[in-house]
Amino acid sequence: MQSNAALEYDYSVAKLFTYTTILFGFLGMLLGTLIAAQMAFPELNYMLGEYGTFSRLRPVHTNTVIFGFTLSGVFATFYYVGQRVLKVSMAESKFLMFVGKLHFWLYFVGALVATVSLLLGYSQSKEYAQYEWPIDIVIVLIWVAWGTSLFGLIGIRREKSLYISMWYYIATFLGIAMLYLFNNMSVPTYFATEGLGNFMHSVSMYSGTNDALVQWWYGHNAVAFGFTVPIVAMIYYFLPKESGQAIYSYKLSLLSFWGLMFVYLWAGSHHLLYSTVPDWMQTMGSVFSIILILPSWGSAINMLLTMKGEWNQLTENPLIKFMVLASTFYMLSTLEGPIQAIKSVNAIAHFTDWIPGHVHDGVLGWVVFMIMAALFHMAPRMFKREIYSKSLMEKQFWLQTTAVVLYFTSMWIAGITQGMMWRAVDEYGNLMYSFIDTVAVLHPYYAIRALSGVLYLTGFLMFAYNMIKTMTVSRELTQEPQFKSPMA
Amino acid sequence: MFHWLEKNPFFFSVGVFLVIAFAGLVEILPNFAEASRPVVGLKPYTVLELAGKEVYKKDACIACHSQLIRPFKSETDRYGQVSLSGEYAYDRPFLWGSKRTGPDLHRVGNYRTTDWHENHMWDPTSVVPQSIMPAYKHMFTNIADIETAYAEAVTVKNVFATPYGDEFQGTRAAWEAHKPKVLADAKLITADMKNKDVKDAVEAGNIPEIVALIAYMNRLK
Repeated sequence: MQSNAALEYDYSVAKLFTYTTILFGFLGMLLGTLIAAQMAFPELNYMLGEYGTFSRLRPVHTNTVIFGFTLSGVFATFYYVGQRVLKVSMAESKFLMFVGKLHFWLYFVGALVATVSLLLGYSQSKEYAQYEWPIDIVIVLIWVAWGTSLFGLIGIRREKSLYISMWYYIATFLGIAMLYLFNNMSVPTYFATEGLGNFMHSVSMYSGTNDALVQWWYGHNAVAFGFTVPIVAMIYYFLPKESGQAIYSYKLSLLSFWGLMFVYLWAGSHHLLYSTVPDWMQTMGSVFSIILILPSWGSAINMLLTMKGEWNQLTENPLIKFMVLASTFYMLSTLEGPIQAIKSVNAIAHFTDWIPGHVHDGVLGWVVFMIMAALFHMAPRMFKREIYSKSLMEKQFWLQTTAVVLYFTSMWIAGITQGMMWRAVDEYGNLMYSFIDTVAVLHPYYAIRALSGVLYLTGFLMFAYNMIKTMTVSRELTQEPQFKSPMA
Repeated sequence: MFHWLEKNPFFFSVGVFLVIAFAGLVEILPNFAEASRPVVGLKPYTVLELAGKEVYKKDACIACHSQLIRPFKSETDRYGQVSLSGEYAYDRPFLWGSKRTGPDLHRVGNYRTTDWHENHMWDPTSVVPQSIMPAYKHMFTNIADIETAYAEAVTVKNVFATPYGDEFQGTRAAWEAHKPKVLADAKLITADMKNKDVKDAVEAGNIPEIVALIAYMNRLK
């Protein structure tokens, strides 16, 4: 990655997506904190009438952080990284510039409409695939626009060899396209009759056990291709760039990439252990989940070894700290997942709070940390100003790290407690606890989790403040920093 | 080979796609003919029940309740017989859920009554004092969309051969002819309810969401 001073990259689309990353991140985490608090203090369900209950808001939370915050982050970094590793500016093609802007505006308007539709209760009730068919069509258009940008930029590239990050962006594009299309197949009832009933309503192409299989093939791998693959793309670019270190091993990156691609898709059925899907599929899900540790840890270890001999940067540069902690949480999360996929562990863990606990050490510790680090690195280069405050960044780091630890420890305890209480029997073999006993006992853990939400959200607000100040009033830079991002 | 792929984005993309599509083909497709068969005696949902299922989806009950009894003694003791694949044959989508903040509901119709649900949905703590479930009072005033539920029944009959009777046709006239049947089903539910506004609404030909939801809950056995 030699610098190419002659080329002026155009960051207008990357900037737009940076703004929505911050906006949707704030909204998604605010909702998350609210619904976490509702579980500890149910009175909070009644602030917005029928639109404010836990059940109505929970899909809005998940969709806002997945399709709002994370995807915005993926697009923002793509429109930044893509140009730089392909050595081509978006300004060189009027067409690509137009597609990029179209992509953004379709996405932004689509996201608002989609959010309103969920609040109104239009839902297919498939997790992370709630949107009804008209919105699915808009999402397909958004995806096609991104694909056009992605392959268009590749088409006019100067650097012939695709850098590792580009492999992961391409995989994100293909993976989500395949999964989303198949899982959302449905028949609109309005058109299957003489225009009877609601225009928005549709019925799933698959039923019962089949629907479950397709849904979790999607659900698990939407996590793979939304929360893992593009985030790995980011760390492969931003860690070497920020630290000035070359990637430790090309071979390890090859192994992890192709390994991840092949193994990930099999593991979806670990969401269906002890369900009515055939045993062999459940076993495949378990086995491949364990194998998945290899490619996941391959990437993470490659990142940590990239810092070999340069660990002093960890104390000097908070951005390195964010990225190293993100890799570490990636390792924790990709070890925890396979443990939960072991059948005997899953018997206790499934349906309990250990599962949201696992999800959140992954997303809060890995995904959000990496996206924030990426945006912090991009800001001085896009806005040509130094980062507003290093000390604020340090404080944010520790506040949010504390929040993540509180989140997953409280949910570990809550989940295992509840899982054990559900199955506890007395000396005569009768169930020891009624269901509500197993709910009441969780109150302190739910309260701790709500507190962790408040801390994390506060940290995110510090990030947003730091970013906005960086964009507007921070000291201007005369030339682009090469490695370490300048910060005041 | 890998160096070559990295210089040829088209073949690179084809390669990635094949590698990721492989698992779905091997693991998911073989089950399709097998798993969609209903258990003997399984009836399709009535229009009122479908409307109730729509309420269940609309308010995302799935966020806290499962509909899947796993093969453990602790689960069959608590919820009843273990769930079978064929019982879900008419469930589009499946509603197994992934989290039990509240109890499983797959056989809730066996041990809860219309009266219990009415009290519970109005104020959960009136029947379960420590409950953290929100009250769903809006279901007592919002009107269920039975026309859409009917459209769904006709759609699954025509597209997926779900065994509904010949009278289920996609015309407005057929719907108007079927509507009294749905109202009659609703009156059977309201006969066991005490909320006067709900009873009056059904008498006037409008079915509040709570009535449809209870019909659906009672059906889960």
